[in-house]
Amino acid sequence: MPPLLTLDGLSKSFGAVAALQDVRLELFGGEAHALVGENGAGKSTLVKILAGVYPPDAGTITLDGQPLSLSGPADARSAGIAVIYQEPTLFPDLSVAENIFIGRQPLRSLRRIDLAKMRARAAELFARLGVRLDPDRPARGLSIADQQLVEIAKAISLEARVLVMDEPTAALSGVEVERLFAVTRALRDAGAAVLFISHRFDEVFALCQRITVMRDGRRVSTGVTQSLTVDAVVRQMVGREVSAMFDKQPAAIGEPRLEVRGLTRHGVFADIGFTVHSGEIVALAGLVGAGRSEVIRAIFGIDRRDAGEVLVDGAALPNADTAAAIKAGIALVPEDRRQQGLVMELSVERNATLPRRWALTRAGLLFPGAESRAAATWAQRLQVKAARLTDPVATLSGGNQQKVVLAKWLATAPRVLIVDEPTRGIDVGTKAEVHRLLSTLAADGVAVLMVSSELPEVLGMADRVLVMHEGRLTADIPRARAGEEAVMLAATGQAAAA
Amino acid sequence: MSDRAIRARGALGSWSAVMLVALVAVAVVGSLTIDGVASPRFWRFVTLEAIPIALIALPMTLIVITGEIDLSVASVLGLTCTVVGQLWVWGVSSLPALIAISLLMGAVLGAVNGLFVTGFGLPSLAVTIGTLALYRGLAYVVLGDRAVANYPVAWTTSAIKPLPGTTIPWVILVVAALAVIFAVVLHATPIGRGLYAMGNNAEAARFAGVNVRQAKFWLFVASGAMSALAGVFWTLRFASARADNGTGLELAVVAAVLLGGVSIFGGRGALLGVLASVCLLGVLRNALQLAYVPENTLTVITGSLLIASVVGPNVVGMLRERLRRRRSNAPTVSPSS
Ligand SMILES: Nc1ncnc2c1ncn2[C@@H]1O[C@H](COP(=O)(O)OP(=O)(O)OP(=O)(O)O)[C@@H](O)[C@H]1O
Ligand SMILES: [Mg+2]
Repeated sequence: MPPLLTLDGLSKSFGAVAALQDVRLELFGGEAHALVGENGAGKSTLVKILAGVYPPDAGTITLDGQPLSLSGPADARSAGIAVIYQEPTLFPDLSVAENIFIGRQPLRSLRRIDLAKMRARAAELFARLGVRLDPDRPARGLSIADQQLVEIAKAISLEARVLVMDEPTAALSGVEVERLFAVTRALRDAGAAVLFISHRFDEVFALCQRITVMRDGRRVSTGVTQSLTVDAVVRQMVGREVSAMFDKQPAAIGEPRLEVRGLTRHGVFADIGFTVHSGEIVALAGLVGAGRSEVIRAIFGIDRRDAGEVLVDGAALPNADTAAAIKAGIALVPEDRRQQGLVMELSVERNATLPRRWALTRAGLLFPGAESRAAATWAQRLQVKAARLTDPVATLSGGNQQKVVLAKWLATAPRVLIVDEPTRGIDVGTKAEVHRLLSTLAADGVAVLMVSSELPEVLGMADRVLVMHEGRLTADIPRARAGEEAVMLAATGQAAAA
Repeated sequence: MSDRAIRARGALGSWSAVMLVALVAVAVVGSLTIDGVASPRFWRFVTLEAIPIALIALPMTLIVITGEIDLSVASVLGLTCTVVGQLWVWGVSSLPALIAISLLMGAVLGAVNGLFVTGFGLPSLAVTIGTLALYRGLAYVVLGDRAVANYPVAWTTSAIKPLPGTTIPWVILVVAALAVIFAVVLHATPIGRGLYAMGNNAEAARFAGVNVRQAKFWLFVASGAMSALAGVFWTLRFASARADNGTGLELAVVAAVLLGGVSIFGGRGALLGVLASVCLLGVLRNALQLAYVPENTLTVITGSLLIASVVGPNVVGMLRERLRRRRSNAPTVSPSS
């Protein structure tokens, strides 16, 4: 059987950075194909070329034996290529349904948009994906995971012959991933070709028949999944031996650092109370939409709380005052790096030093070089791959942007570190490094509160797992008893293990 | 953000330099070709005209960088002029007291703008169009069609006294000192970093602990106070307080700020470029007037420059991209054919 889609000799440079060099890739109908590689390896660049977003500097795309020339995303779509980008690109003021059917809304007579039909079709898609979202609500304010789900619904609704998914699962938890895979397998078995990008190897091995590894813009290898192991793939990705998992160091649990009492935001979450001690890593688990990120926002003073209090080292924080929270020693790595974590237009170094810009002053002034020096230390520690630290952070790959967000907050030397999906989009080697960092910080007496949709990360790192279900804390599980099943049961509201 | 937008940003970084070169070029060419441009009197006149615009452009630059705008500045100037005039008529005869009252009042008028924008979350464009009309209306309530012109000669000459050995008014030193303060705040303090951050992405700025509302509120206060200061200078220079003082000045200020390379969408621009463009527009205007170019043509030229300043950086970015793509090689998959 000839391949459905062939990329050959694909090259693309950004200034001096060669993002892709002479890449060849064949996708077959009825096959899911994984694309893996370190952060900045060129995966998203390949996706964007396939989507018609970037013109390649060189190379050909062949679909069904016919050469394909893409001058824009509309061309790719009409050729039957549907793309889920790494970063959601929804229109915030349109409804969820409008976002899904943008540019191809079902019409009634006189070219009027058939709202009822559009809504029904969106609801149908959500049912297939098991998503509980109101098709009429605006996209503004959706969590990153929900945005991702809307993008998935949009791509699936195109019924494309080639489905390209760039880290679609990075913010999703196990349940949502399973549903996505079920739908994807159905499309694949109906003859579609799927290109799947992820840094989670369990997903890659569960879904894909073949795996292509990229390194520094080049294709290293393509192999059949059955003949490969995770270790082998990682070795090819990184070019050396790395441990994919990091073992948590023991830390002495000390005084209460962060105390949350009776925290309530009407209609979002209610009566949340817990304590994180110095040296402790506490995970906040739950399904997408359980209210985890909302609780964190209220603790950090982004949102006003309706009731309750937040204490750091025994001192109460004022309501809705982020600057005071930072001053008290809280740092928050937010879930949405593009909207909340980074100012995309500003340089890497300006972003990395923004929260502690006051600490870098001498006589109230920021002297030239102060920020560069401060940023360089952490950029190096987290292996941020950037041509120059003065480049806009928008030019970095997704995983490298995430590292800048981490660097920005770790550099503030926090006493309470809150991380929301800290390793979203980060590659295997750096992930272990981030886990090591979190563990070291805890050993140094930092209280760590972690939200993660990745269960192995939660179970591997946490001393205690708090589980939220529909805006309430439903369980507080110590490390010894925290297993996959216990957490999932509490998260789906089937058990109150408190 | 698209590739092209990022490139356009890079091109903008050097926009201040473009403005400075254009300023020097206009000054040199003007001196050589137009009678009178080389004379000290010409430069005295240009400076007198540029001073109030520069004073208001300083806070305006910061405000536009945060993504807001203040169109009420000229009306604040007018209203403070008339109130000070009325107080003088009523017998308040200390110049320092009158200046202090004026600044305080400007600050309060600016605080009203700031309150509507940050407290109620209204768009500054709408709010300040409203107060533009409101404050000007109040100025007419205070003085009607009257003019207060009987200020002591000692006061009026003090404002325009030249620096020793030159024809340049000494007030330029005040402007220079204030410009240094604003430039340092914008470019070399944590406050300035926060302003750029909120202009690009207010939400991310908030997540980094930048107090967006507080910063914007105080910028509107500063804008009011600086407009009042410009009003003091205006009154003394023309020895006249009238309700129509400074009418339309806000457009001159906004034009200078935008031509100076500040993005109307917020997030980028530099104070040096704005100061250069204030001078450039002043020199160009006065030189062309000396060359008997009619007023209407002057307006057309200013307008065209403004459009060029907005379009220019994008075109530069686009051309660079084209060139780069052509150089890299002939693609087998044609990008647009
Ligand atoms: N618009 C751009 N301008 C300049 N450089 C860019 C741009 N987009 C990507 N790059 C660079 O190209 C390289 C490849 O980036 P790409 O986004 O394809 O990586 P990736 O494999 O998707 O990584 P990740 O796993 O982190 O998402 C990186 O070095 C990145 O900095
Ligand atoms: Mg990517």
